Amino acid sequence: MDESAFTQLTDSAESTAMISVRDLRVSYGDREILHGINFDVQRGETLVILGGSGSGKSTLLRTLVGLERPASGQIWIKGKNIAAISVAEMDEIRKKIGMSFQGGALFGSMTVGENVALPLREHTQLEDPTIEIMLRLKLEQVGLEGFEYYMPSQLSGGMKKRAAVARALAMDPEILFFDEPSAGLDPIIAAGIDQLILELKQAFRMTIIVVTHELASAYLIADRMVLIDKGNIVAIGTTQEMRSSTQPRVRQFLDRVAEPEVSRELDYLQMLTEDYRPPRPSAERRGSR
Amino acid sequence: MQLVSQVAQIGSSVTNGLAYLGSLVTLGARAAYYTFVAPFQGKPLRLHRAISQAMDVGVRALPILSLITFFIGLILALQSAYELRRFGAINLVATAVAISMSRELGPLITAIVVIGRSGSAFAAEIGTMKVTEEIDALETMAISPIRFLVTPKFLAMLVMLPCLTIWANTMGVLGGSLFGIAQADFTFRRYIQASVEALFLRDVVTGLIKSVMFGITITAVGCWEGLSTGAGAEQVGRSTTRAVVMSIFLVVVVDLVFTALFFFVSGS
Repeated sequence: MDESAFTQLTDSAESTAMISVRDLRVSYGDREILHGINFDVQRGETLVILGGSGSGKSTLLRTLVGLERPASGQIWIKGKNIAAISVAEMDEIRKKIGMSFQGGALFGSMTVGENVALPLREHTQLEDPTIEIMLRLKLEQVGLEGFEYYMPSQLSGGMKKRAAVARALAMDPEILFFDEPSAGLDPIIAAGIDQLILELKQAFRMTIIVVTHELASAYLIADRMVLIDKGNIVAIGTTQEMRSSTQPRVRQFLDRVAEPEVSRELDYLQMLTEDYRPPRPSAERRGSR
Repeated sequence: MQLVSQVAQIGSSVTNGLAYLGSLVTLGARAAYYTFVAPFQGKPLRLHRAISQAMDVGVRALPILSLITFFIGLILALQSAYELRRFGAINLVATAVAISMSRELGPLITAIVVIGRSGSAFAAEIGTMKVTEEIDALETMAISPIRFLVTPKFLAMLVMLPCLTIWANTMGVLGGSLFGIAQADFTFRRYIQASVEALFLRDVVTGLIKSVMFGITITAVGCWEGLSTGAGAEQVGRSTTRAVVMSIFLVVVVDLVFTALFFFVSGS
């Protein structure tokens, strides 16, 4: 890429998109997990990152919030390339993003209130009464008013997730990340979390990025979807475009078609690496039935 | 060919060992920075947390530490009396116990008790937080896990280990006095007097310097093992075990280094 094209890219990234990912590669040791990912997230948009287990979707999310260092490529968040900034600059960006972890990741030794107030106490000079008010407000937003003196261990799974969302909202972030928001929850509670995400989107025009493999929830909350498979983006588009896609891999995922069972160790190892091919040619499989 | 691979294996073990030491030193240095420098740059210490850690590390260790060091003092008296008796010098038992407790066994036994109680607990606590993504959560909230988690432990250790060591020395001397009174015609008063006279300030201070170094070592190993815990609950158990084994090993190494240092410095 020459110099002018580079500036053009970054300029356009700054002006329209909240997040721009360019040719992102991430490796654990020698193994490359993400092989050159490109996409943009617009301001106020909800993007759902879909993918199976081991597809690299969680790695992508962890890289976007700066928990993993990319091997190469750029991630522009609010006009800064977080792949190439200092820890202090990254911390400034982190104060403007919120992340809700899969299991909630609430601190077990603190009450719900202390958990939610923690970012405020750490990063602002606000007086205790002000923090108290903000804390109540955040808990109210997620439907947990009155629970500030509970310990996380006393909460149900769904309530923990809500408390985690309240903590992610504490600093009034511009971007909110969710890792598997409905994992481990029953359908009713999971629908409640989806509803909460929709409310946040409508009330605050927040940019929201959700990683999930729950299709129902993805259809409900997404403006656009990205399907990731084996570290590559297979498809990207609006919910409608994805629904009507004819791409085999998209159809397989959206129609929930089972993968041929992996029966041999070699196949499994091959599946984990990029040069994976389906275990057996289909003709042979048909013959064996 | 086999020789080459063996040499390569030794080489990689040495490199790994050095890398491990490097991480411990880095962690210790960052904890020291957040304890002694950062509070003056507007990043306050979590003093509240440090005090509750100090309760855990120090005060709650007192009963078991007292018992162990009392017995160690008694054992030391018995062992040294066995040899001293042959020279008719059994009255030197107080000296032997006082010196070996304050120079060596007081700090060492204290360190080992603290490793078992707190070093392992550090690794388990931080390891569990790693597994449940709480460490990641801290980082995404732009809160340094080292400042938030390691520094209070570091401060608590730095203060409590020397205190515990003084306590351990005292209990050791008391344990020795039991033998002294029963078998060597000491009165309690005279035994204590003899112990105090035998000790130079240097003996106590070198022991305390060691105990500070032990405290840093135990915190660094415990917290590092916790922070480098892999995914899955069983990894927490592994980290905890490794923390205990590595701490005991490194405490002995640090002990050796400082004992040698004191020997040559005071000898010259």
